[in-house]
Amino acid sequence: MNLRQSIGRYGEERAAIYLRDRGYEIIDRNWRSSSGEIDLIASLNGRIVFVEVKTRNGSGFGHPFEAITPEKIARMRRLAADWCSLKQVSGIKVRLDAISVLISGGRVSIEHLKQVF
Amino acid sequence: MPVSKSYAVSLIGLNGTIIEIEAEISSNLPSFVLVGLPDASLSESRDRVRSAAHNAGVPLPGRRVTVNLSPAAVPKRGAIFDLAIALAILAADSKVPAVSVSKWIHLGELGLDGSVRPVPGVLPALLAAKREGFLKFVVPLENLAEAKMVQGVEVLGARNLRQVIAFHLGKLPVGALESEPLTNGALDARVQSDADISDIVGQEEAVEALTIAAAGAHHILLIGPPGAGKTMLAERLPSILPPQSQDEAIETAAIRSLAKSTGVTGSQALSNLRPFEAPHHSASLVSLIGGGANYPRPGLVSLANNGVLFLDEAPEFQRQFLEALRQPLESGEVLVHRSAGVARFPARFQLVMAANPCPCGNFFGQGRACVCAASARLAYLNKLSGPLLDRIDVRFKVQPASAVHSALANLGATQVGRSSSEIRQRVQLARDRAGHRLRDTPWSVNAHVPGSYLRRHLRLDSQVAKPLNLALDRGKLSMRGYDRCLRLAWSSADLNDRAKVVAEDVAKAIGLRGGHGVTSW
Repeated sequence: MNLRQSIGRYGEERAAIYLRDRGYEIIDRNWRSSSGEIDLIASLNGRIVFVEVKTRNGSGFGHPFEAITPEKIARMRRLAADWCSLKQVSGIKVRLDAISVLISGGRVSIEHLKQVF
Repeated sequence: MPVSKSYAVSLIGLNGTIIEIEAEISSNLPSFVLVGLPDASLSESRDRVRSAAHNAGVPLPGRRVTVNLSPAAVPKRGAIFDLAIALAILAADSKVPAVSVSKWIHLGELGLDGSVRPVPGVLPALLAAKREGFLKFVVPLENLAEAKMVQGVEVLGARNLRQVIAFHLGKLPVGALESEPLTNGALDARVQSDADISDIVGQEEAVEALTIAAAGAHHILLIGPPGAGKTMLAERLPSILPPQSQDEAIETAAIRSLAKSTGVTGSQALSNLRPFEAPHHSASLVSLIGGGANYPRPGLVSLANNGVLFLDEAPEFQRQFLEALRQPLESGEVLVHRSAGVARFPARFQLVMAANPCPCGNFFGQGRACVCAASARLAYLNKLSGPLLDRIDVRFKVQPASAVHSALANLGATQVGRSSSEIRQRVQLARDRAGHRLRDTPWSVNAHVPGSYLRRHLRLDSQVAKPLNLALDRGKLSMRGYDRCLRLAWSSADLNDRAKVVAEDVAKAIGLRGGHGVTSW
């Protein structure tokens, strides 16, 4: 595992803790299909939340959220639908969220955007 | 979600509309949406604002930013909105106090490094905003001198975005944003001109004609062979005109501000010398009259507003342009209709046209040296159409300077009472006199007074008017020509400090009108 991947892993871990602290239940992590990966899948009050986590070490490349492109969003929608059909989940409310984990100077700041896609 | 407001001004011609800029930051993935009828250069504002904010140390939030320019129906163009857009966003992001931002109008283009760059139209924008009741402005530092011509408003000059942010945060004293006042906004009372009437050798009659034209603001046509000094005479007309008033100087600077891409910068803003524009005859119609694709800009006729428009080799100009001059000559303004709207540019200038007597230029005196066919001579001056010539009060034939004159000049003979400043004083007195006589009318100079008014209210003694009536009866003078003579006679009387027109004035007027000689006149 290279440095980039380990930073990503670390960010996903922090995001999972962040969600758990706020009452979410993590039901799946790094779920993969042929077309990609969903970082976190959680549920809260009967609603399923698909989460894209972006982690950055320093802000030299802009805000982590800026790395989430329209193509990425379209892929997330497809993946969410794939996941639901595979798990035979229907008639349930879903939501797509984004979480940014910004590491700078040994401090970690987490931002959570709900219903972004 | 927070919504903040800032204000700027959109200009069409000299007319401005206050533009309210709303910025909203919503919890969504980062994007920058700009709505409200922006043109291409304004759409690019997004990227300038993003980089400028980053380099000023206050990066835009990693959220969706929506900026709306309203009223949405007013077309907006250019980079003048950059500064206001940046501040609306920063206020919505709570980086600067929204209350402070919304009290000021911000004008200026942003550089990627966060610098505030000069823009055109600051002066007219301020004048328009002041009419709407806005009295506080932040403008680019380079445009500060121009902005300070507006009385009764508070103006700050900004060098960069960081300064403006610090100012709104109250971290910067108000004084820190201002530059050294260049000339404390007051107009210099002297008229400065490099060209002086005393440069002209001889040509007493021509100088006299120019003086009368200056006194009554009469348009003038100078006809004479090459080298007679037509251009020299015309270039010296501004030096004998009374200086611009404060209002006129502001109007002149406002038009200049629109015409230059950086507005009027530094000390150029403040001058009471009347403008002098001398376009070459190859200039395009749009550059002369005003216009441009979609968004109208003032042409040279408007840059000559309150001053002198000199057309050297007038018959060489496009016929279309010469005819287009009739609207500004009649109404003192140019209307430019474009998809973005109608722009109204003032164009009240004193027209000076110069022409050779014929294509070869030698048809003077006996005309023996002229090689042109009679038809060519006729066609040449006929390019100046009747309706145009109708508006020219003075038609003067400039004779080549004689050998005697140059001999005198070589001897160093001084010509008394011939410097520009002395003539300017006479002209000023004449205009005061005319202004007093016309105080109950909408006009202030003789050239603008319609013939009907002259004939009804300023009747001449029958003995004095006799030569004119005679010429009219004999068909040597048209009714319009008659009126022109009356106007010129009054200017002559004003110059000589007479309350009434005497026979000498009428004789001079008939001479200046050029009623005899070239047939087409």
